[in-house]
Amino acid sequence: MISPVVRRAGLAVLVLGLAAAPFLVDEYAIQTMSRILVFSLLAMSVNLLTGITGLPTLGQSAYFGVGAYTAAIVSTTVTDIGIVALLVAGALTALVALPTGWVAVRARGVAFLMITLAIGEIAFSAAVRWKAVTRGTDGYSGIPAVVPLPGMPSLQLDGLVYYWVLAVFLVLFVLMRLLVASPFGLALRGIRDNEARMRAIGYPTTGYALAGYCVAGALAGMAGSLYVSVQRFVSPGDAGFEIAALALLAVIIGGVGSMWGACVGAAVVILTRDYLGGYVAGRASLLLGILFVAAVYLLPRGIAGVRARWPVRARAGAQA
Amino acid sequence: MGVLQWFDDNLVSMVDGVAFGLLLFTLAVGLSLVFGMMDVLNLAHGTLYLVGAYAAYSLSDGSLLGLAVALGVGLLVGAAGGVVLAGMTQPLAGRGHLDQAVLTLGVSFIVADVLASAYGAEVLPADPPSALRGSVSVLGHTYPVYRLVFIAVAAALALVVWALFERSSLGALVRATVADRDMVRALGVDTRVVLFAVFAFGAGLAALGGVFGAPILGPGPGVDETVLVLSLVVVVVGGLGSVSGALLGALLIGQVQTLGVAVVPEYAPFLLFGTMLVVLAVRPAGLVSLTKRQTA
Repeated sequence: MISPVVRRAGLAVLVLGLAAAPFLVDEYAIQTMSRILVFSLLAMSVNLLTGITGLPTLGQSAYFGVGAYTAAIVSTTVTDIGIVALLVAGALTALVALPTGWVAVRARGVAFLMITLAIGEIAFSAAVRWKAVTRGTDGYSGIPAVVPLPGMPSLQLDGLVYYWVLAVFLVLFVLMRLLVASPFGLALRGIRDNEARMRAIGYPTTGYALAGYCVAGALAGMAGSLYVSVQRFVSPGDAGFEIAALALLAVIIGGVGSMWGACVGAAVVILTRDYLGGYVAGRASLLLGILFVAAVYLLPRGIAGVRARWPVRARAGAQA
Repeated sequence: MGVLQWFDDNLVSMVDGVAFGLLLFTLAVGLSLVFGMMDVLNLAHGTLYLVGAYAAYSLSDGSLLGLAVALGVGLLVGAAGGVVLAGMTQPLAGRGHLDQAVLTLGVSFIVADVLASAYGAEVLPADPPSALRGSVSVLGHTYPVYRLVFIAVAAALALVVWALFERSSLGALVRATVADRDMVRALGVDTRVVLFAVFAFGAGLAALGGVFGAPILGPGPGVDETVLVLSLVVVVVGGLGSVSGALLGALLIGQVQTLGVAVVPEYAPFLLFGTMLVVLAVRPAGLVSLTKRQTA
């Protein structure tokens, strides 16, 4: 194991680095970092289902989209206060996740993956066709700058929006860690590892899976709300298949089941798409495809899996 | 009177639905069998359709010979793609479905990018052969000839596939491999050959669907996704690994996507999910459940 001192020091450096970032890098980079944080939340939501509960999903883009459109509508027509949009988006997404999740959690494994994929694709086509609400393929623009809490000024600068995103990210990250370690989180792990035994002990496993699905939905919805704060624009593509696929890829790269791994995976995916994709203009999806294939063959247990093996090697080296 | 009138008004939509449903069958049956047989979830399945549809677009010169050439090429390329995908996913057999899903997804991203850079970002509607263009009058409605021919050919194809899998000894071997792979191996059959053959067959069928379907659902970026999702819904609704389930599911979804959209356009975005919801609520394992048949 890495010693607690080193770990704490590393964590402190990471948090300080994240906090100081707006003073160190340019505006495009800070926007990219905001996107990485938003995408990390989405990846954590996918990980809660795929990694913790053992239900592989390709449909979280649907809830991300519901949250994003909700936030866009709330901030444009009701109030530009960010925390209100965030909470309304989270609550509404959980509500949408209830009936859709009810269908999905009746299945397990690949059937679950297929159903969630269909849910995601239907959300996408709804975003395209339900023009009265979503404004169709034109996208939803004219969203005002976010006012995080009542009484605060509206955040015009990307660096300030980044702090809002970072603050929400840190709160939600800690909450997710607590949830995963709670009896509820352990029950979800139990479903993944041996559902029959969980049922035999007396856990209503389908109910637990549905509750987990709603929490994951709410998390994705809040990520969508933050995305609107960063981009101030939503289009059906933001609720599309590619987003769902990339979120799953982030979880696979990071290591299935690890929350911080999901965040590292999200960073790798977004940097590949937004930075490397810029060098080979228009070929971002080729790069991502190669990343998918490479991740499966080269990182069978993800980045978190590699780290878990390091200390063993180090010990073996010390003994030799 | 009212019913007849309604029937007459929507006849064109219903015939369209049959054509679309049969197209979905040629796509979904491969996906269903590959999953049922090889336990591989192939998310690059829509890509195979796209390859077939681009083959039709490039090779069809308006003659029937052009269509035949496109069919041959599409079938070969599709089957070869199936063998490659089978080879790529075989080493992952012990690692669960998630890795297979991500791998095939990556393949579909790569191929989609290559195809988009070769053919551009526009949807390219392929023209049917000139001999099959135009329309005929059916019960007072004009209807494109190509779709009627398509229905006949696809229905024959569906019959052949069904007979092959449900009534021939070859099909019995395949179904036995689905049910108990180890037992079939113990009988002296190299099950790996069976598995690769089924993958190639399913992939070739999807590409064939692409060649035939190009004038109905033309090739373009994103079409692979549409096809994949529709096939998945068909498979989930019909029941995994069953040929007759795939046919039933495909015909149902075909009607939902054409007749349903024509009758209640305001609910169009939610019809697909609504259908899936109703079917899964009533029969969680799909319309034709294999597990049920095994216990019976």
